[in-house]
Amino acid sequence: MGKAIVVTSGKGGVGKTTTTAALGAALAQRGEKVVVVDFDVGLRNLDLVMGAERRVVYDLINVIHGEAKLQQALIRDKRLETLYLLPASQTRDKDKLTPEGVEQVISALKKNFDWVICDSPAGIERGPTMAMRHADIAIIVTNPEVSSVRDSDRIIGLLDAKTVKAERGERVEKHLLVTRYDPARAEAGDMLQVDDVLEILSIPLLGIIPESTDVLRASNLGTPVTLADKQSETAQAYFEAARRLTGEIIPVTIPSDRRSFFGKFFGRKAA
Amino acid sequence: MNILRLFRKPKSASTARDRLQVLLAHERASVGGNDLVGLLRDEILAVISKHVQVDSNKVYVKMERGAQVSTLEVDVQIPFDTGVKAA
Repeated sequence: MGKAIVVTSGKGGVGKTTTTAALGAALAQRGEKVVVVDFDVGLRNLDLVMGAERRVVYDLINVIHGEAKLQQALIRDKRLETLYLLPASQTRDKDKLTPEGVEQVISALKKNFDWVICDSPAGIERGPTMAMRHADIAIIVTNPEVSSVRDSDRIIGLLDAKTVKAERGERVEKHLLVTRYDPARAEAGDMLQVDDVLEILSIPLLGIIPESTDVLRASNLGTPVTLADKQSETAQAYFEAARRLTGEIIPVTIPSDRRSFFGKFFGRKAA
Repeated sequence: MNILRLFRKPKSASTARDRLQVLLAHERASVGGNDLVGLLRDEILAVISKHVQVDSNKVYVKMERGAQVSTLEVDVQIPFDTGVKAA
């Protein structure tokens, strides 16, 4: 029996889809069988970030409504044998996501995969609550910025109230993933430090992803960042988060300000 | 450290942190259906004003939720000159 993860945030544009793709590819490279599921019905994008946009035939809504079998809708990644994508519908309404249908799909996927990673849409309405409903683990993606932290706090409240686990009196395992972290600005006192965010949200830290041009480059190519440039600081940070998800206890690497001494003095990036 | 930064604006991250802590303490208490902090504020104010004249704008109630313990902070400014309320 696999584990269902929801990648959520409340706020849009913080890096949920990037994270879903990156962690999916990172876990698959460790030999784990992974499916990434797009819950953003009407505004799907995980297919694009994964580079599978031209291979979508059936989607999650088709499966829920019995118009296609789960096997027909699953798209196997061309680079990684154990990585699959279940796309969202681009044309249909998010109201077509029924609680029963979602439950059936998630439990079928959990039987066949080690990890079912659900990419939640932004907001706190039906889409996000459906995406988190059957989660065993939640990854809360947060930028070190006031509105993102506030929305994450709200989502943490929902995870403790509106999930199947919460209703059974159990707890969804919650992890904080700080993304778009700029060490130079944090050091200068003009960006919230990771410790500030941790203190405010009080959930354990899964990793810190630095602000980086690697992410845009990877999405341009339609390749998860953990496949596009495995040696990049961003990819390494995601690999580390994936290891922590599988239960390894390793220290969190804090991205460092990589400007040279001279660069720091004159406010220029060295590399 | 950028030398030019010495002459620039003060740091903003600590302001962000403080604003968030105050806001979230309030929101966490009110999202659960009732506005617990608001309710406490009103009742504490009512009790105090039985004995001392206080300005309702000078009462500050803050609740901080931690993983294990929550703390309630009440800050009431009592004017120096009024002292005990005249019956």
